[in-house]
Amino acid sequence: MPHDHDDHHHDNELDPMAARVRALETILTEKGLIDPLAIDAIVETYETKIGPRNGAKVVAKAWSDPEFSDWLQRDATAAIASLGFTGRQGEHMQAVFNTADTHNLVVCTLCSCYPWSVLGLPPVWYKSPPYRSQAVIDPRGVLAEFDLVLPQTTQIRVWDSTAELRYLVVPLRPEGSDDLNDEQLAALVTRDSMIGTGLPLTPGHT
Amino acid sequence: MNGPQDLGGQMGFGPVAPEVNEPLFHAEWEKRALGITLAAGGMGHWNIDESRHARESLHPADYYSSSYYEIWIKALEVLLERHGFVSDDELRMARFLTKGATPKRVLLAESVPSVLAKGGPCDREMKSEPRFQAGDRVRTRNLNPKTHTRLPRYARGKTGIIEAVRDGFVFPDTNAHGQGENPQYVYTVVFQASEIWGVAADPLLTISIDAWEDYIELA
Repeated sequence: MPHDHDDHHHDNELDPMAARVRALETILTEKGLIDPLAIDAIVETYETKIGPRNGAKVVAKAWSDPEFSDWLQRDATAAIASLGFTGRQGEHMQAVFNTADTHNLVVCTLCSCYPWSVLGLPPVWYKSPPYRSQAVIDPRGVLAEFDLVLPQTTQIRVWDSTAELRYLVVPLRPEGSDDLNDEQLAALVTRDSMIGTGLPLTPGHT
Repeated sequence: MNGPQDLGGQMGFGPVAPEVNEPLFHAEWEKRALGITLAAGGMGHWNIDESRHARESLHPADYYSSSYYEIWIKALEVLLERHGFVSDDELRMARFLTKGATPKRVLLAESVPSVLAKGGPCDREMKSEPRFQAGDRVRTRNLNPKTHTRLPRYARGKTGIIEAVRDGFVFPDTNAHGQGENPQYVYTVVFQASEIWGVAADPLLTISIDAWEDYIELA
């Protein structure tokens, strides 16, 4: 199949990382250390099942259901698990709630800790030196890059995920969302609003 | 270790530049890199702390010029070699030469959903009481080990307030080096920005870290 051959050629000659990863996968597979189908299954899980829509459901329920919101505040891991979201990089969850006075922002200055079970895989910027270095010293400057300018009177709390706790920001419920059901509310919740680098959408702008 | 990973407060890396409508992966090899890293970790021969230490042990020039999946793969090669699964020659020649170590287990496709859903909880039952309480004023210790630690440089020797006492968690400083889990209580410690960044810091900014008990003492 000439097409496959071309791809192979491209990977080996032009893209050193593609060649390196392919070689590693081949060696490990031949040694019986990994199952390529397991790799497919892992990728498919994060492509189709685990992503920020999970977190959006958690936030929407917290907005609409005060009892759930309480539970989320007291025991986020259990409250989130009740919606079916558990597992890798979400074993020890904490929900942090924005208020009228305080905005929360999550970072991992030491690596790329991120609540996979509710947000999926982190975006490249979250794992990269510019965000990791600046979020703790100049969060307002970082937020401006996301076009988020908070009032000068708003307090900012930065959570550096240095241990195994994983943080989910619960943003303030947008005004004008009183009549929406959970599904409509979840559609307002952006990934960035659950990291703290954004705010939820406002109704009518989804 | 005071390695390239410890980025808090560093300058000069340029803008964050969030990508609009960022794809989940930027190349096919990134998908494989994710899967290989998780599947190889699933053999059970190293823990997350040893993995992190392998990544931060890359030469700083290499770390800063690599994307995160590149960092993962480079560190994974180190781990596979260290634990006897592949040889330097095999990596260099990109082919299977000798069998190598026998894995404790192999992650099969049918187990992926349950393994991912279970994750790897790091909390541990504690027999002792926590040494500190919420509200305590504590100072982080000025530790500079050449080995793995999760106390960032910017937060060493700083005074803050314990906001919450968490569960006992595996201690990464020993667990990364095969010296046992030695679980300790973890505390969320909050600092005023001025304590860390000086008088010019944003007066409305507070920063918290999650600190293992050995990282702090009463102020």
